[in-house]
Amino acid sequence: MAYTEEELKKELETKEYEYGFYTDIESETFPNGLNEEIVVAISKKKEEPEWMTEWRLESFRYWKEMVEPEWANVHYTKPDFQAISYYSAPNKKPKYNSLDEVDPELLSTFERLGISLDEQKKLAGVAMDIVMDSVSVATTFKKTLAEKGIIFCSISEAIKEHPELVKKYIGTVVPQKDNFYAALNSAVFSDGSFCYIPKGVRCPMELSTYFRINQAGTGQFERTLVIADEGSYVSYLEGCTAPSRDENQLHAAVVELIALDDAEIKYSTVQNWFPGDKSGKGGVYNFVTKRGICEKNAKISWTQVETGSAVTWKYPSCILKGDNSIGEFYSIAVTNNYQQADTGTKMIHLGKNTKSTIISKGISAGKSQNSYRGLVQVNSRAENARNFSQCDSLLMGNECGAHTFPYIETKNKTAQIEHEATTSKIGEDQIFYCNQRGIDTEKAIALIVNGFSKEVLNKLPMEFAVEAQKLLEISLEGSVG
Amino acid sequence: MAFENTIDVEHPIHDIRSEAIKNFESKGFPSKKDEAWKYTSLNSLQKVDFSIFPKEENTLEYSQVKKYFLHEIDTYKIVFIDGIYSSYLSETTHDGVDICLMSSALTKPMYQQVMDLYFNKVASKEESLTTLNTAFSREGAYIYIPKNKMPKKPVEIIHFATGNEASLLLQPRNLIVVEENAELQVIERHQSLTKNEVFTNSVTEIFADKSAIIDYYKVQNNNAAASMIDNTYISQKNTSNVSVHTFSFGGKLTRNNLNFFQNGEHINSTMKGVTILGDKQHVDHHTLVHHRQPNCESHQDYKGIYGENSTGVFNGKIIVDKIAQKTNAFQQNNNVLVSDKATINTKPQLEIFADDVKCSHGCTIGQLDEDALFYLQTRGIPQKEARALLMYAFANNVLQSVRIPELKKRINKLIATKLGVRLGFEL
Repeated sequence: MAYTEEELKKELETKEYEYGFYTDIESETFPNGLNEEIVVAISKKKEEPEWMTEWRLESFRYWKEMVEPEWANVHYTKPDFQAISYYSAPNKKPKYNSLDEVDPELLSTFERLGISLDEQKKLAGVAMDIVMDSVSVATTFKKTLAEKGIIFCSISEAIKEHPELVKKYIGTVVPQKDNFYAALNSAVFSDGSFCYIPKGVRCPMELSTYFRINQAGTGQFERTLVIADEGSYVSYLEGCTAPSRDENQLHAAVVELIALDDAEIKYSTVQNWFPGDKSGKGGVYNFVTKRGICEKNAKISWTQVETGSAVTWKYPSCILKGDNSIGEFYSIAVTNNYQQADTGTKMIHLGKNTKSTIISKGISAGKSQNSYRGLVQVNSRAENARNFSQCDSLLMGNECGAHTFPYIETKNKTAQIEHEATTSKIGEDQIFYCNQRGIDTEKAIALIVNGFSKEVLNKLPMEFAVEAQKLLEISLEGSVG
Repeated sequence: MAFENTIDVEHPIHDIRSEAIKNFESKGFPSKKDEAWKYTSLNSLQKVDFSIFPKEENTLEYSQVKKYFLHEIDTYKIVFIDGIYSSYLSETTHDGVDICLMSSALTKPMYQQVMDLYFNKVASKEESLTTLNTAFSREGAYIYIPKNKMPKKPVEIIHFATGNEASLLLQPRNLIVVEENAELQVIERHQSLTKNEVFTNSVTEIFADKSAIIDYYKVQNNNAAASMIDNTYISQKNTSNVSVHTFSFGGKLTRNNLNFFQNGEHINSTMKGVTILGDKQHVDHHTLVHHRQPNCESHQDYKGIYGENSTGVFNGKIIVDKIAQKTNAFQQNNNVLVSDKATINTKPQLEIFADDVKCSHGCTIGQLDEDALFYLQTRGIPQKEARALLMYAFANNVLQSVRIPELKKRINKLIATKLGVRLGFEL
């Protein structure tokens, strides 16, 4: 179909995120507001041991002393923390009885993303037949993992079943008082995932698959802790390409990764939360603290594809503590309409011969603002540290903005640091060339954006890369510059 | 406020001053908590009790200070000793162009019109140190080049501190207006003659009208007890071309706030700098280019070599407004650390609101190429000299655009001296 620019604009305007959900849910919800009693009550509800309750309370006390940060290049009405309910039991009742009741628009998106029928049901909140594959698949997964000694469960379960591990590592990478949202999360986290890979074990599967089928309703304050013991390897994927429907406006998750000697963690995120409608109303605030620590010869690799959320504030970081450790950050952040993203990474080089790579691709369209904010720090003892950073921005239309705020701090003369940033738009000649070859403008843009993002997309686990590619296409639909 | 008593309170500048004082009182000195001052602390300066005005007028003999002038060529000179104009050492003119003093420009009615149009118009009314200068400065250079004129020779602005005061605060204020199609070359230098502490908080406003060409050279090779905060604000109109070269070799703490505002089309702005630091020195280059109109260009190229306990900061900001389509903005910052104790903090920053632009920044921190070093050694050049040669080559691009040959030579020598080697041949 040949679009004219006018038609595209029109389509863009009328194109809304129609996946908000309306059904009544039977759930147990705490009264609004936050105080020590609520924190204790959350902890009780989850049947946590006393040390955990204490830990939460301590965090809450830190949080009370802190003020919401304002340095990020985003503007929004600050959430009223006393108007939020901090606990809501996961809803058990299915929202729909069959796929026919689900919004056809949503289904077509699923279809385009190539999500299997069962998963579609799960994601749309359709009641599942017990005999259906997913449960048995999950069980098989669990069995395989257990054989290898891998612990993969919800964090609440881990607190009960493996308190020694949780107690040892929780808060070691992201301390309770690290920042405002991390403190809040530490006090009230609802649930999240826990993963432990024993010494020398290579996790046989992408933990994503399992995650996608099983993890639902983790709530707005998610806590993730991944520990890779010496010489182990794990690839972990959170989030989903499917548009995620969520009534919670504020999301403040904390993710901690611990890679012990010679271990490797690959953590991929695909985030597609509700970005607000075309006039910028609604949408999720995503304030996430993600950080990993690398011991000797360890490697942490963050890959993220961010297309959703009205406001994103997120800096997956690596502390390269051990000698010869490696940190990587690959990111694509797409903003459209009134979305705002301030995202980037921190690479803290402490050990000798540490290496880090940062590839960040920002794509802004509509009236959105997209910022890269990063820190590369080489401490005085970090001999032969090496960093390469590249931040490229692509602007579509003249009402959006792209910003870069890279901080580079070096205290060692043997450090080698390179930083590059470019900002450009899609060339008219590129589009013309595609048009000439019979590729319509919209397809051409998708093609060019894909090429622009290739370096990052390549880092995603295979099946996800395909979905993410389509997701980019959908996110930018109708935003011809 | 003794100073206020000596001038006419009816004078329009009086209002500007009172407002500036108010602003400074509410803001105070910037601290490390301010994002723009994250890497530079003024604490060490705030501890010193600076005298704002020298108690007596000091004089210097030309022979004492000849070496600080670009004496190989003839220049106009505006010379200040401890902040007070020295007519003996200066060479000003009113022949077609005005190269004279701020104090006379502020008081004489014939300059009134120019002052109303330009004074304090581009300098920040918010930034605390600039307002401090606006409030208390009383002297500086005033240069006015009318349409289609070009002064016969470059202008040197030199500030000497005699050190007769234990610690002195200097606040020079310069205004430079270059009208349509006119041209100007300026060399600015601050020199302290003793080990006594000097703190200079300078503000320079530069206006380049249509097709004007301005080359501004800042030579910062002060001694180890001198600190300086240089605030330069430049407003450019259509097809004007302004370049600022900053050579930072000396001083204890140097902060360069260099701000370009492009208020027209087809403008070219160039910022270049060479920084070579040794023990306990701190230099902070803070540049801003605000692209406000379409079809403009800006080029930045800063090279730094950091030795011993020195700290270097580079913070370059490029803002491209929504209407500033077809902007080309380039920024390059390369650094070499030659000591384990040296620190470099750099933050190249882009804020872009227009889509049809070409903006890029590049930043590197690294060492001298070992292979190149080896090659030179195999050719019989001792390691120390080879290093110096490589470092010289590293800084060289920046020198190429210096358009006063004698100055280029002088800077070459300064670089060689700073790198601590005698190369035995002319660079």
